[in-house]
Amino acid sequence: MNADTDIKTRIIEIEILRYNPETDIEPAFQTYEVPCHEDWVVLDAVNYIKDEIDRTLSYRWSCHMAVCGSCGMMVNGEPTLSCHSFLRDHPDKLRIEPLANFPIERDLVVVMDDFIDKLKSVKPYIVPREKRSIDDGTHTQMPAELAKFKQYTLCINCTLCYAACPQYMLNEGFVGPAALALAHRYNLDSRDVGASAREDVVASNPGVWECSFVGACSDVCPHDVDPASAIQQAKIAGVLDYFKSFLMPKGEAKQ
Amino acid sequence: MARSNKPIVWSLFAGGGTLAAFLTPVLIIITGLAVPLGFMSGDVLSYERVLAVVQNPVGKLVLFGVIFLQVWHAAHRLRITAHDVGIHADTAVMLVCYGLAALGTVATVFALLSL
Amino acid sequence: MSRKPFIRPVPTASWWLHQGRYTRYMIREATCILIGAYSAVLIVGLMRLGEGKVAYDAYLATVQSPAGMLFHIVALAFALYHTTSWFNVTPKAMPLVYAGKRVPGGLIIGAHYIGWAVVSVILLVLVGA
Repeated sequence: MNADTDIKTRIIEIEILRYNPETDIEPAFQTYEVPCHEDWVVLDAVNYIKDEIDRTLSYRWSCHMAVCGSCGMMVNGEPTLSCHSFLRDHPDKLRIEPLANFPIERDLVVVMDDFIDKLKSVKPYIVPREKRSIDDGTHTQMPAELAKFKQYTLCINCTLCYAACPQYMLNEGFVGPAALALAHRYNLDSRDVGASAREDVVASNPGVWECSFVGACSDVCPHDVDPASAIQQAKIAGVLDYFKSFLMPKGEAKQ
Repeated sequence: MARSNKPIVWSLFAGGGTLAAFLTPVLIIITGLAVPLGFMSGDVLSYERVLAVVQNPVGKLVLFGVIFLQVWHAAHRLRITAHDVGIHADTAVMLVCYGLAALGTVATVFALLSL
Repeated sequence: MSRKPFIRPVPTASWWLHQGRYTRYMIREATCILIGAYSAVLIVGLMRLGEGKVAYDAYLATVQSPAGMLFHIVALAFALYHTTSWFNVTPKAMPLVYAGKRVPGGLIIGAHYIGWAVVSVILLVLVGA
């Protein structure tokens, strides 16, 4: 018995921005007519195109459940995880483009290097108070201490926030929402003492100070990380540190 | 990357923004709309009454504080807005925006001290 | 295989017209123009005050003229937009924890509005409105 006959389908016209670096001078749209099941997400439609219509289409995806962060793309102008966007919420026409504010590698694949570099620059790992060995056991942390930063641990590095951020669009030097939110996550972690080590990047002009609190990053975040709040809190912390450093000049660097 | 000096001007922006959020609407009503709309007596804004407030040292302090914070808040936001609409002459924009705020500050100080 | 990444041109001047959330952001930013202009009106008033009653009365007449009223109404609208947009983001910038739990943002915002209303009413009563 074919269960598919019970599922309603709809023809959706999908325009995708294509770009082949080996043959094209610039990107151009290509349109596909896709018979879509009513319960599909955008990624299912894109997979259908690749499987049944056009094998040459390139794009990233993996988990199909919004935890890997691979399938980010612009859907009708909005940074979206294609596995997380249901077709039933869209009209009969879709315009799909690679994630904004990143160079296009090929079709829907963007160059992520800038984000990776920025992520590395904020030291996104615990800088412990003192070196510990395995025999010392784990750090201990109270639930209240975890609660302070837990929200900022949920980032899946999907970079939808970078695609939404006008300041990143206007200035590619901006460290950006996800990297700054992650720096904040570690600065708030009771096991970490690396705030002053991160300060050079976080408290710099292209760090938190490039942000003008548009808030689009938090709007598009699929996991409610709210990077905008992290950056504003980091600004206030930065102001306090700044004035403290004049009132109480640092002797040696904290570490 | 070096630590930025933005905290100085951002503190003024944040302080001014908070003050403006709480006070500016009612100030606009009192100084600009209450009398012509008829729910405040014209006496309140008369030369004699306003002079009395301004000659009071507390009045001077409050007026200075309000104007100072408002103009530096506006100046910093204007600087950011210029950048947002694609004006790249960063140094020129800074000079104009903070220059205007400085002018406003100096004018306020002079006016208040001479009264 | 040769790589030739394509960098898309960005609309540096008009990007904020393309989506509602960006336009609302720009309106919020534009409130600074009106707040700055209103501050200038106050500063001029102080200067006219120093020049004597005649100069001050002329200033007052301009402020209370139809054009002056129009300016103040527009300035009030933008000032109110500044107030609401500022209050709405306060819980993000300064999250409060009480008894181990996050204070709901709505409470923080509500408290701001109440404080704003109280301050406004007190001032209006003080001037006899």
